[in-house]
Amino acid sequence: MRRSLHARWAACAIAAALAATACGGDDNGGSGGGDGTGVLSSSWGDPQNPLEPANTNEVQGGKVLDMIFRGLKRYDPETGEAKDMLAESITTDDSQTFTVKVKDGWTFSNGEKVTAKSFVDAWNYGANVDNAQKNAYFFEYIEGYDEVHPEEGEPTAKTLSGLKVKDDRTFTVKLSQKFSTWPDTLGYNAFAPLPRAFFDDHDAWVKKPVGNGPYQVESYTKGSVMKLRKWDKYPGDDKAQNGGVDLKVYTDNNAAYTDLLAGNLDLADDIPAAQLKNVENDLGDRYINQPAGIIQTLAFPFYDDAWGEGKEQLRKGISRAINREQITEQIFSGTRTPATDWTSPVLGEDGGYEKGLCGEACEYDPAEAKKMIEEAGGLPGGKITLSSNVDTGSHREWLDAVCNSINNAVGRDSACTVNPVGTFADYRNQIGDQRMKGPFRAGWQMDYPLIQNFLQPLYYTNASSNDGKWSNKEFDKLVDEANAESDTGKAVETFQEAEKVLAEEMPAIPLWYQNGSAGYSDKLTNVKLNPFSVPVYDQIKVA
Amino acid sequence: MPDGNDPDRAIAPTGAGGSADLAMGEAETLERPPRRGPDGTDTGKPRSLWSDAWRELRRNPVFIVSALLILFLVVISIWPQLIVSTNPLSCDLSKSQQGRAPGHPFGYDTQGCDVYARTVHGARASVTVGVCATLGVALLGGLIGGLAGFFGGWADAVLSRAADIFFGIPVILGGLVFLSVVTSTTVWPVVGFIVLLGWPQIARIARGAVITAKENDYVQAARALGASNRRMLLRHVAPNAVAPVIVVATIALGTYIALEATLSFLGVGLRPPTVSWGIDISNAASQIRNAPHMLLWPAGALSITVLAFIMLGDAVRDALDPKLR
Amino acid sequence: MGRYVIRRLLQMIPVFIGSTFLIFVMVYALGDPVAALFGDRAPDPATAARIRKELYLDQPLWKQYLHYMGQIFRGDFGTAFNGQPVLELMATAFPVTLRLTLVAVVIEVIVGIVLGVVSGLRRGRAVDTGLLFLTLIVISVPTFVTGYLLQFLFGVKWGLVRPSVSTDATFEELLLPGVVLALVSLAYVTRLTRTSIAENVRGDYVRTAIAKGLPRRRVIVRHLLRNSLIPVVTFIGTDIGALMGGAIVTERIFNIHGVGFQLYQGILRNNSPTVVGFVTILVIVFLLANLVVDLLYAVLDPRIRYA
Repeated sequence: MRRSLHARWAACAIAAALAATACGGDDNGGSGGGDGTGVLSSSWGDPQNPLEPANTNEVQGGKVLDMIFRGLKRYDPETGEAKDMLAESITTDDSQTFTVKVKDGWTFSNGEKVTAKSFVDAWNYGANVDNAQKNAYFFEYIEGYDEVHPEEGEPTAKTLSGLKVKDDRTFTVKLSQKFSTWPDTLGYNAFAPLPRAFFDDHDAWVKKPVGNGPYQVESYTKGSVMKLRKWDKYPGDDKAQNGGVDLKVYTDNNAAYTDLLAGNLDLADDIPAAQLKNVENDLGDRYINQPAGIIQTLAFPFYDDAWGEGKEQLRKGISRAINREQITEQIFSGTRTPATDWTSPVLGEDGGYEKGLCGEACEYDPAEAKKMIEEAGGLPGGKITLSSNVDTGSHREWLDAVCNSINNAVGRDSACTVNPVGTFADYRNQIGDQRMKGPFRAGWQMDYPLIQNFLQPLYYTNASSNDGKWSNKEFDKLVDEANAESDTGKAVETFQEAEKVLAEEMPAIPLWYQNGSAGYSDKLTNVKLNPFSVPVYDQIKVA
Repeated sequence: MPDGNDPDRAIAPTGAGGSADLAMGEAETLERPPRRGPDGTDTGKPRSLWSDAWRELRRNPVFIVSALLILFLVVISIWPQLIVSTNPLSCDLSKSQQGRAPGHPFGYDTQGCDVYARTVHGARASVTVGVCATLGVALLGGLIGGLAGFFGGWADAVLSRAADIFFGIPVILGGLVFLSVVTSTTVWPVVGFIVLLGWPQIARIARGAVITAKENDYVQAARALGASNRRMLLRHVAPNAVAPVIVVATIALGTYIALEATLSFLGVGLRPPTVSWGIDISNAASQIRNAPHMLLWPAGALSITVLAFIMLGDAVRDALDPKLR
Repeated sequence: MGRYVIRRLLQMIPVFIGSTFLIFVMVYALGDPVAALFGDRAPDPATAARIRKELYLDQPLWKQYLHYMGQIFRGDFGTAFNGQPVLELMATAFPVTLRLTLVAVVIEVIVGIVLGVVSGLRRGRAVDTGLLFLTLIVISVPTFVTGYLLQFLFGVKWGLVRPSVSTDATFEELLLPGVVLALVSLAYVTRLTRTSIAENVRGDYVRTAIAKGLPRRRVIVRHLLRNSLIPVVTFIGTDIGALMGGAIVTERIFNIHGVGFQLYQGILRNNSPTVVGFVTILVIVFLLANLVVDLLYAVLDPRIRYA
């Protein structure tokens, strides 16, 4: 072994001297030379949950679902606009009952036809509390949800009464309230259709999922690699432009990045924070940094009188003490953009993003900040503590920077301190138990590119992610109105009216919009990220 | 996923035996050479092992250099203002990771804080954690390991198996469980935690050393002459078993200072505004490609501290070895 | 001797029960893992309740523990956070980490003892001082930095080795991570050997051996080294456990899906089956390592005998 090792090292050294090829096995087998059969390797993290569509609520599992499933709608990888995919039409007269017609000619990769029933069965499965699906709440607007998914106790029905199959390709959906933009939520993975195999042999399906997307799963070794290959008979227009994708599980995004530099990996999404300063040097134009539907905010605990009602001047003062420009530049090397509203630029102007909606309150002005904080009676007890979990996402660095910015503004070097929480689980539990004693990190990654998704779940009274327990009648009323509005343009306008209430009250300080980032090898072309910061695999070309 | 930290080596912190505290005690009473050893039983004996050792130590230049270094560390830990006037907590992000500038000889860290000021001010927390944790581990581990090795049998079985169980607690799990409930901002919970998880390794080392030492002829002779257990342990076994314990403890001192950073990284170590080398080293680690100067200075300070204690340990060990006289 | 070994093996039973219980309680104290499964969103109570019931988390602590132990005796170590059976996870993680540990220990033993002997025999000379400074560097520079720099230089810049370890994790791939992992322990082994050698080199038996005219090499290896190894062997015994469970940074840098990495994931996700299962096996490894070390004492020093 020793001898061969030496020989190999020597050979590699020569190769390295001649060209920048690195040594190590080439796992990809033969690449196809640009004829659409080349296979690429991409970094991956082990999904936390089985890959059931209604049970996958994080990006890594989402990546796979996006490759092996197509739903009624699909968000345009570039604009984020919800476009019909399997839906031939979705019509409604009253914004409450929708008739869905499924296109003809679609099948799952095992040959089974995709019918109206494929959708209805999948949705019923997802909503049923017995199946403990984490995305069950996506079906909460459908009539009968309370029966299949009661808050407590056993469900009294197996299926959603609002779903009715009319014929092979038609079904109707009755919602429990008016929701004009509901069809646009259908691009989310949770609404994907499921084949009979999913119900008949669930364990086998989970081991090797079968869907109706441009790729099919060839093999899946948990904790190590998932091999996806192009499904040649895929009926859609967005056929895979490559032969397949090997998703390789990495322990760390830095390990993936290093493998990319060494030529062992073709695509690494999520560039490690510590490498952001080197990435352009390392990769040149093979680096993508583009906006994604993610916003970071600091929420306030409204259950604590020190921060809650009547303290909007204090909250705005703190917002003005944060030098967003400098932090996004120095800490994040431009992979974040200072936020000036509570949505995301990926929505576009038409979708409801409005630059500067926050107004002066989001502009850095330390002198004014100090004045506002003092006029509001100063920081409670002279102190402010920022809380966040620190086990993921290099939160520590920006928290320190925000604190220093506040300290510099108020002119005391330990007015602001960071309260790090060891694990995400502990952090979520503390939030759930309302134990926050000061502003805390609240990140939001959109489920679907609608302004509604940035406002309602986060700020509506008792909404599922309203962690600060803020409540405002005016805001709630405007959101209700917007949802009932049948004209999309008007709905967006009304949502923006609601957002202006946030600007008045500042229940959470917008910090920055997060970008998606990725780097790729010179084998690949046409690499893009969609607004969810997931690579658009089917469009990648392998040379 | 957190980047850039060092829970490696963390599972088994190590420590020192009874001699390290002896060394410290003597370093503190430098100007007043005691006529008797720290052990009361030796009172009145003009040439006991321990007093011989002390005489030896005073003449050793290695000891003098290390004592001066330690004195210096103690002084700047207590009065950092003596050699630095910049505030380590006053940071200007616009200077992030910049190199040296007038008045800022070591440059700036990621947050734009002065690295020189942070290195000097970091001594207090880091030296306290390092020294106190090492002492605690050495005392507890040395005692338990020494007893287990000396008596053997059931005592050994119970003490050693207890050590095995404690040894199995992963540092990260222990840190999250024990330290996340503590709200104190002092260094003591961290010190206590390191002692709690660190003693098993030093106990193993001490036990092994005692098992060998007690087989020596003079120990057997002393036993045959009817010496008490206590006397045999202190006069014959301990001085001969102390060397490996000192070696491991002095190196462990450095790893404890680094371990503190692992705990801080998990959000359970020293809390800001406390400044420490460990925190600065761990912050600098991930930036090694961009700003190596951030790592150089706190890591250099840590090296000097460890050097001082390794030298001290060497000198003490030499002083205790009659073969060298 | 045989009876001693049997007694030691029997002692594993209380240790097994003690450590599983202790770790189980500790993971329990970390809190409810279910909320984190829902991301930045408050879990919907009905679904969360179902998941807790499935995971047996709705029961009081003692029932959970008994249930868990019952499972273990049926050979089921529960399910990890990613839905994989813990037994399967252990079957993939332990062999990899075992190989990594082996590489690191071999490096420690060979390099550490050689350097230790050299500097012990040349006490106070340039070699000794040089090694002292290397020791200081190794202690002060975090593993993350040495690991990352070596990976970058060897793997990316010079292209000599593959910078990350594949799922096969062959010995060849584990060489560089093994070096990184061994570095800090190397400092201990070198200094322990050095001190022991320096102490024993003045021993009567060494003088006798030299006086008898034995070759220098033979004196060093057969007489001096053998008598100096007990502290070193003790240290390596304790280190095996530390290397196996504590190589979290090295494993992450080099993409090694080993014990340290899985344990870390399990802890961050409050997943008790993963953590308890892995730690229990680790404790058994410590016990065996310590037993071997104790038996080695008798080999190295014939005066030590076990009843």
